[in-house]
Amino acid sequence: MTARADNAPGETRARGSFYIRYMVEPYLYLSPAVIVIALVMLVPLVIGISYAFQAVNLLRPFDTGWVGFENFQALWSDRKFWLALKNTFWWTVGSITFQFFLGLGLALLLNTRFYGKRLVQALVFLPWAVPTFLSALTWAWLFNPTIGPLPHWLAALGILSEPYNILGDPDLAMWGPITANVWFGIPFFAITLLAALQSIPGELYEAAEIDGASAWQTFTKITLPFLAPMIAITVMLRTIWIANFADLIFVMTGGGPANSTQILSTYIFTTAFRKLDFGYASAIAVALLGLLLIYAVVLLVLRRKLVKI
Amino acid sequence: MNALRQSSPLAVTGKYLALAFYVAFALFPLYWLAKIAVTPDKLIFSEGTALIPSKFTFENFQTVLLQTDFVAYFRNSLIVSIGTAAITTVIAAAAGYAFSRFDFRGKRLIIALMLITQMFPLLMIIAPIYKIVAALGLLNSLTSLIIVYTAFNIPFATFLMQSFFDGIPKDLEDAGMIDGCTRFEALRKIVLPLTLPGLGATLGFIFTAAWSELLFALMLINSNDAMTFPVGLLTFVSKFSVDWGQMMAAGVLALVPSCLFFIFIQRYLVQGLTTGAVKG
Repeated sequence: MTARADNAPGETRARGSFYIRYMVEPYLYLSPAVIVIALVMLVPLVIGISYAFQAVNLLRPFDTGWVGFENFQALWSDRKFWLALKNTFWWTVGSITFQFFLGLGLALLLNTRFYGKRLVQALVFLPWAVPTFLSALTWAWLFNPTIGPLPHWLAALGILSEPYNILGDPDLAMWGPITANVWFGIPFFAITLLAALQSIPGELYEAAEIDGASAWQTFTKITLPFLAPMIAITVMLRTIWIANFADLIFVMTGGGPANSTQILSTYIFTTAFRKLDFGYASAIAVALLGLLLIYAVVLLVLRRKLVKI
Repeated sequence: MNALRQSSPLAVTGKYLALAFYVAFALFPLYWLAKIAVTPDKLIFSEGTALIPSKFTFENFQTVLLQTDFVAYFRNSLIVSIGTAAITTVIAAAAGYAFSRFDFRGKRLIIALMLITQMFPLLMIIAPIYKIVAALGLLNSLTSLIIVYTAFNIPFATFLMQSFFDGIPKDLEDAGMIDGCTRFEALRKIVLPLTLPGLGATLGFIFTAAWSELLFALMLINSNDAMTFPVGLLTFVSKFSVDWGQMMAAGVLALVPSCLFFIFIQRYLVQGLTTGAVKG
């Protein structure tokens, strides 16, 4: 025993380097990431939250200082805010529903065998690579009756009485950005769900086939249960992401007409960008953050309650 | 797997019809963009809604390239996107490696912090970032955009790189280290060559993200010289909103780099996510 202890070469070195290997070395690799994130995201985040309780308006540079909850009081009686909140809800629900079901359908199709699969896969994933500002402009142009076909098609189908631009119609305008968002978002769901589908062991399907299960049974008894965790996490993350997603609406309608497409994130951006009222913009942002947090907590609690296993 | 059973001709026809629908839906807007871009100006109003124009022209591309500032916007966007992609990938590869190979105190905290940055509305920090960048005198500089975009993309890129590292057996480096390599040498000589596809995919992701970013660029850049492509295109649209052909030609040009990258990475996309999904 003692002989072995004496013989262990480099044991002291190992002791000394233990500290380095397990406490310091990981941080050598991590520190650039942590420093950049802390300086560029976390510090501004704290400052941003503090702005919500201050008057910060670049157009009135001498009228600054702490104002307590004044911004939030203004928010409470701001009709535009409540309208934006309602619009955020419909924008998010509308987008995520179509994105999810169409994405799931596409993933299931791509998980089968057919001719030209590699080409088809590349083509259907393409919208995801299109820069968002360009998707927004392209769809805005498609809805324009001068150069776009959509108003004429919608009129021919009897959906519109005459070919006009729905982006200018307060009742229908939200469908424009939602359509663009669905187009842009299907590939994301298809990619993640396809990855999950491909990790389902093939033996399960073989066993099901031997037992004579129908296609529907296989889908509900094997595919869905395996996909469920992935579906839950992607839908949750995507909902938050879409609620925050301002680019499409900002480019396509700028929140108009008559604020009918104004969602909270575009309201934040226009307040900061056009009015340079950083205090009020931050108050809206804090409200949005609070709502998203509540949503996430509710979902996580529900998941705990429902998934007992 | 499922395909084996779906042999009824009706099901097969349905499947191909559904696929055709998806392909048409995905491509149609892009086709339309390209179509208007090659339609001669005179025909836009008479044939604006025809599926195929009766004459083609590349005049719009010529005008955009020679008589507007789009070449400069394009160059600015390339600098920002390549800079962001390169810096982010290096930083994220290091961080992803640490997450994949080490168990250390504070790991969960750092992962939690990175996840938080993915959850809160990014627009929340647009005002503080503007004030900080203005105070540093970096408004209208591409450097500020590169720094901001790098920070935005590090968390996602880190998790992506981690999943790629997780897919490489640890035994390989252990063997190298037993043979006398230091950990860093083992990383450089054994692990990195195996993660090249992962590095490529990460580069592509970040490049596309930086290429598309609009709102922070709008806020931080207002001089024409420093405009990135999205800002330039949007300014162009609001100023000359009747030059349909030119706008769409510019749009087609904006599409080129991201599509090239996409074609390069799309093979790794599902594959990379699958390894991640199996592990996680």
